Amino acid sequence: MATDNIMKVNLKVWRQAGPKEKGGFVTYENVETTPDTSFLETLDILNESLIEKGQEPIVFDHDCREGICGMCSLYINGHPHGPATGATTCQLYMRRFKNGDTITVEPWRSAAFPVIKDLMVNRNAFDQIQQAGGYVSFNCGGAQDANAIPISKVDADEAMDSATCIGCGACVAACKNGSAMLFVSAKVSQFALLPQGRVEAAKRVKAMVAKMDELGFGNCTNTRACEAECPKRVSISNIARLNREFICAKLKD
Amino acid sequence: MSTIDSKIPEGPVAEKWTNYKAHQKLVNPANKRKLDIIVVGTGLAGASAASTLAEMGFNVLNFCIQDSPRRAHSIAAQGGINAAKNYQNDGDSVYRLFYDTVKGGDYRAREANVYRLAEVSNNIIDQCVAQGVPFAREYGGLLANRSFGGAQVSRTFYAKGQTGQQLLLGAYSSLNRQIKAGKVKSYNRYEMHDVVMVDGRARGIIAKNLVTGKFERFAAHAVVLATGGYGNTYFLSTNAMGCNCSAAIAAYRKGAYFANPSYVQIHPTCIPVHGDKQSKLTLMSESLRNDGRIWVPKNIEDAKKLQKGEIKGSDIPEEDRDYYLERRYPAFGNLVPRDVASRAAKERCDKGFGVNNTGLAVFLDFSEAINRLGIDVVRQRYGNLFDMYEEISDVNPGELAKEINGVKYYNPMMIFPAIHYTMGGLWVDYELQTSVKGLFAIGECNFSDHGANRLGASALMQGLADGYFVLPYTIQNYLSDQITVPRFNPDSKEFIDAQKKCEADEDALMNIKGKRSVDSIHKELGHIMWEYVGMGRTKESLETALKKLKELRKEFETNLFIPGTKEGMNIELDKAFHLKDFIVMGELIAFDALNRNESCGGHFREEYQTEEGEAKRDDENYFYVGCWNYQNSDDKEPELLKEPLKYEAIKVQTRNYKS
Repeated sequence: MATDNIMKVNLKVWRQAGPKEKGGFVTYENVETTPDTSFLETLDILNESLIEKGQEPIVFDHDCREGICGMCSLYINGHPHGPATGATTCQLYMRRFKNGDTITVEPWRSAAFPVIKDLMVNRNAFDQIQQAGGYVSFNCGGAQDANAIPISKVDADEAMDSATCIGCGACVAACKNGSAMLFVSAKVSQFALLPQGRVEAAKRVKAMVAKMDELGFGNCTNTRACEAECPKRVSISNIARLNREFICAKLKD
Repeated sequence: MSTIDSKIPEGPVAEKWTNYKAHQKLVNPANKRKLDIIVVGTGLAGASAASTLAEMGFNVLNFCIQDSPRRAHSIAAQGGINAAKNYQNDGDSVYRLFYDTVKGGDYRAREANVYRLAEVSNNIIDQCVAQGVPFAREYGGLLANRSFGGAQVSRTFYAKGQTGQQLLLGAYSSLNRQIKAGKVKSYNRYEMHDVVMVDGRARGIIAKNLVTGKFERFAAHAVVLATGGYGNTYFLSTNAMGCNCSAAIAAYRKGAYFANPSYVQIHPTCIPVHGDKQSKLTLMSESLRNDGRIWVPKNIEDAKKLQKGEIKGSDIPEEDRDYYLERRYPAFGNLVPRDVASRAAKERCDKGFGVNNTGLAVFLDFSEAINRLGIDVVRQRYGNLFDMYEEISDVNPGELAKEINGVKYYNPMMIFPAIHYTMGGLWVDYELQTSVKGLFAIGECNFSDHGANRLGASALMQGLADGYFVLPYTIQNYLSDQITVPRFNPDSKEFIDAQKKCEADEDALMNIKGKRSVDSIHKELGHIMWEYVGMGRTKESLETALKKLKELRKEFETNLFIPGTKEGMNIELDKAFHLKDFIVMGELIAFDALNRNESCGGHFREEYQTEEGEAKRDDENYFYVGCWNYQNSDDKEPELLKEPLKYEAIKVQTRNYKS
């Protein structure tokens, strides 16, 4: 399985010194890597060579490198998280590319996610949406026994599928409208499906949608790009549930 | 020599926590509003502490180095969280969880802390379910459990292979509620650089805004560190790239003892190293050992053919496979604790039975499980892990590879041990306070509950126990006499001086102007640590390590190169700060390992083993917590202080997973 075949790729990377600076593409030619090396490790290799030349490395967000923290966020060859489906950028391996390929690497492009430096963006808007209502309001210590309320396995599994969202922002980057509906609906759904979340479901959905609109995310026009590009395969049926929850909540006003 | 007071309450072990809570001092609600607490870190321990303290009425300042609190590396924990609920009616109890944890830790944990941990474990599950954490359930609607290493009961609660993620998002949701309520002020992309001391107490921190590159001053009545472990000292580990020990080392330099640094956990089921450009190692959850069987070939010839790539694992029939864990440990089989499983893999590979091109891998095989349960059931349990493995290694473990004499063989995974978790950490007393007044440490950052080896699914338990149910009580005992102390001015001399010191340290790094990148030196550090302070240590290897680390510090101080300037974001500069502290950490690990002339848990000294190759403890001479006290300079050897262990409830004996 382990191949030591050297492959060379050209990396066309967005460089931008700061939020207010003008950015542009820089192409780094013949970056040496191997098919078993990850895409981010290939960027590491490039960065080491830049540092050797006394230049500043390319800044990009990354942390766990196992596809769960949601930190990595690259737009590679026109796809959030690159060509692989159901995987984050950090889980992308060079065997997905061919020797001699030119690979274009950009930051998330969205008005709500301003660039901080190079490929790093500010996703604070996502935190603000969660702060608007993405929780169950109770204080630690007052909970009843965990098995006191049975929850059907079907609902629990479905809530888990929604809760699997890693908050990376690929859905927003993929959407031509820059909509955050998939992200918001995943959290709304998780709680809507569980008895613990039902109590304040109406209040939650209104608050989270209002915050999403306020922060400049676009509207959903059902292109399904978000679902296609989501590294955790969060389903757009969550958006349908969000809409249902939202309408029911508004009707009660 | 300082004396060590662990402040363990009086009474039988089962009553200590109840007694403590009944008699501790509290802070009334009106006074809580007057008190500020800094919590550094937003993992399971940090987020749960920050939200709970805020719910109680304290004002919390919460810091994380990532772009959002939700990114902390607790999120990557896969397998589950232990609790003594006994929902499965299989004989579990608080005592049994306590006993298993102490035994799993090779009798080097503090009894009273572990009992408290087992006691509050059940509250954690209640809390998480109430938060809307979607744990796995049975068809009847009740919670499901599975087994983990070192236990004979099923007490592990889980959410697919993403339990850490779900628990962290639960804590993050509570934190968000408090941020919205204005009780928590959240600072993202901030890194703590120093603890500020005023009149002998921790009263604030200096943190660097990683976006602007500027140092900022923050004051509070108490400081809580929840900054994780030091696994990345080894460069390659299962930790996230950003995980570092700089906050803990900053505390250590301020006089907080560092306890048991040699207790480093090497996890048996990680994907093997593939090359020198690798940036990190990927864990395959321990839950795989519920159904996966670990083996190497019985015949050395088969192993040699595997190493040359002439045959595949699936070519080797059942009778020629050595399921060495089942052979050596019949009672626990593939579910022995991590340290035992890792050492057994090393033993086979050292003898030449490794199964990949480097000879540093063993097989984890699902053929038996798939034949017994069907691929659908196995995929339901481990599908996401199979996918992750395939993406990295290009091999699908669920794929039928061969049929020999009517037996179906599926592609096995290849695994090898890797640095995963650190049991050692800042020394804390029963109240989770370090040896610096007003400075607390929780979660992996402290040393307290796992002894010399942590059992699977116990890290999540400890992080949340500390944050939700222990610290929010114990910190009040400290704060109760602070209610008349007015808010501190972060413009006072102590704070300004501390900031200047940070700026001077930064200038010193920028001015080295040598030739080597941070990563190139860090890789060298990792190599020294893995080679000489890794899975098998000797007196000679540790002395070699200390010598090499000294040379490496010199290289760092004279030949480091950081591109760019200190203005604005400079990721290489931030990494350089971490590396400086990783070198100090590496020495601490080596000093402690050299001092501890015995083998226990994750610390294995090759000179001290039984005839069967098991760890041989020396309870007569080393039945203590090794606490290292900084001597005002990174270059000086730290002073060793000892906290003797006292066991009242459990009889100290040799660990036995055979019968």
